[in-house]
Amino acid sequence: MSVQDKIIEIIAEQALLEPSDISLDDTLESLGVDSLALVESIFAIEEAFDISVPFNANDPTASDFDITSVKSIIRAVEKLVADQKT
Amino acid sequence: MKRVVITGAGTINPLGHDAASTFEAMKEGRSGIGALDIRDVDRLQIQIGGQVSGYDENAYFNRQQIALYDRFTQFTLLSARQAIEQAGLKFTGKLADRSGVVLGTSGGGLNTQDENYRVVYEEGKNRVHPFIVPKLMNNAAASHVSMEWNLRGPSFTVATACASSNHAMGQAFNMVRSGMAKVMVTGGSESMLCFGGIKAWEGLRVMSKDGCRPFSATRNGMVQGEGAGIFVFEEYEHAKARGADILCEVAGFAMSSDAADIVMPSKQGAARAIHGALKDGKIAKSKVGYINAHGTGTAANDKTECAAVADVFGAHADQLMISSTKSMHGHLIGGTGAVELFACIMALRKSVIAPTINYEEADPECALDVVPNEARDAEVDVVLSNAFAFGGLNAVLALRKV
Repeated sequence: MSVQDKIIEIIAEQALLEPSDISLDDTLESLGVDSLALVESIFAIEEAFDISVPFNANDPTASDFDITSVKSIIRAVEKLVADQKT
Repeated sequence: MKRVVITGAGTINPLGHDAASTFEAMKEGRSGIGALDIRDVDRLQIQIGGQVSGYDENAYFNRQQIALYDRFTQFTLLSARQAIEQAGLKFTGKLADRSGVVLGTSGGGLNTQDENYRVVYEEGKNRVHPFIVPKLMNNAAASHVSMEWNLRGPSFTVATACASSNHAMGQAFNMVRSGMAKVMVTGGSESMLCFGGIKAWEGLRVMSKDGCRPFSATRNGMVQGEGAGIFVFEEYEHAKARGADILCEVAGFAMSSDAADIVMPSKQGAARAIHGALKDGKIAKSKVGYINAHGTGTAANDKTECAAVADVFGAHADQLMISSTKSMHGHLIGGTGAVELFACIMALRKSVIAPTINYEEADPECALDVVPNEARDAEVDVVLSNAFAFGGLNAVLALRKV
């Protein structure tokens, strides 16, 4: 499964939607993913890709990990996978 | 309705091993937060905390006692000893039957659980020490205090996460006020600074890696601490008749539930508890000079708390002082309200307001007088102590000069 498909699967589970309902331009807010679901999604992403995601719930926008949209999350995870697997 | 006063106060916490050293540290704005010294700390992302340092259990307890006393129980017993000795009470006969102990804790014997899980899961052993259960249970500390001091009346333990101590002290207050008890030993204790404890908190991603900076725009989370605070709540006439040194009066208490979210705080829930404590103590808003804030140093708590205070007090919110001593001792979770009551007692007894240290930059959403970085000399007659727990359970105490 590609990084994109896996992340969509994770977000879909948190949003209580089917993966096919999720588009790359969706935002977490538009999908109804709240702060608790976001923390759970990040945990699932870390487990799935065996990476460490820099994220502090006190200031979600502080790190380089861009959570503005599904697309930005996929790009950020791809970068972390590349950086942390080398 | 009886009046209720505090006649004894004991503590061991990251700032000191008794009341005097705790007052001194709060006055100096000293931090008790530093690098964690625990097993497997290298596997933690969060490596700081407010540990009780320079503490050797063998200096206070024998081998049989240590087999039964988890660290949170040890902290409780040491604090209770200080408090009850200061009060100068002997519990015999009718007084023993009408005196009890109500304590708060969230994790109870978490160190004992953590160590025991290591033994069976990590080391693969199939046999454990016989006293794991009586050592880890949340009521162990309350029970050992009752045994050591012959407190034979109403006794139990309250667990409401970060508000446990305040809820416990609220129960003790109402028991003495209603006449159900003459004397109540109360407060709380926590000792969660072990690998499993910190690891669980890490998961929520609300912990700071570099320090506790309540109300500062640069805050980035909470820092955990450990320790205990124990008090003797006594019926006023009883204390007066025996010539006890009265530290202050417990004037009011209120609790509320947000009934909203399991982790996010609510301004309305906090405001209802603050307002309720004033109403319960028949205290005019303008009389409140100081609030010991819940002030965890998370983005959500501090702005919500400031908004709640502003809502309740209106224009007077700008006249009162509000500080978070968690900046110095960290968040003692179930024991936090008890240790923070020392800042309240210091304000009333010594006219010194404990500071919010590590304050770097103003946050427009926390625009109150947070007593930044340095303690302040000020006369106050009434103070509040806020506690707002995960789960939306709020408890606020009001204390008054006698």
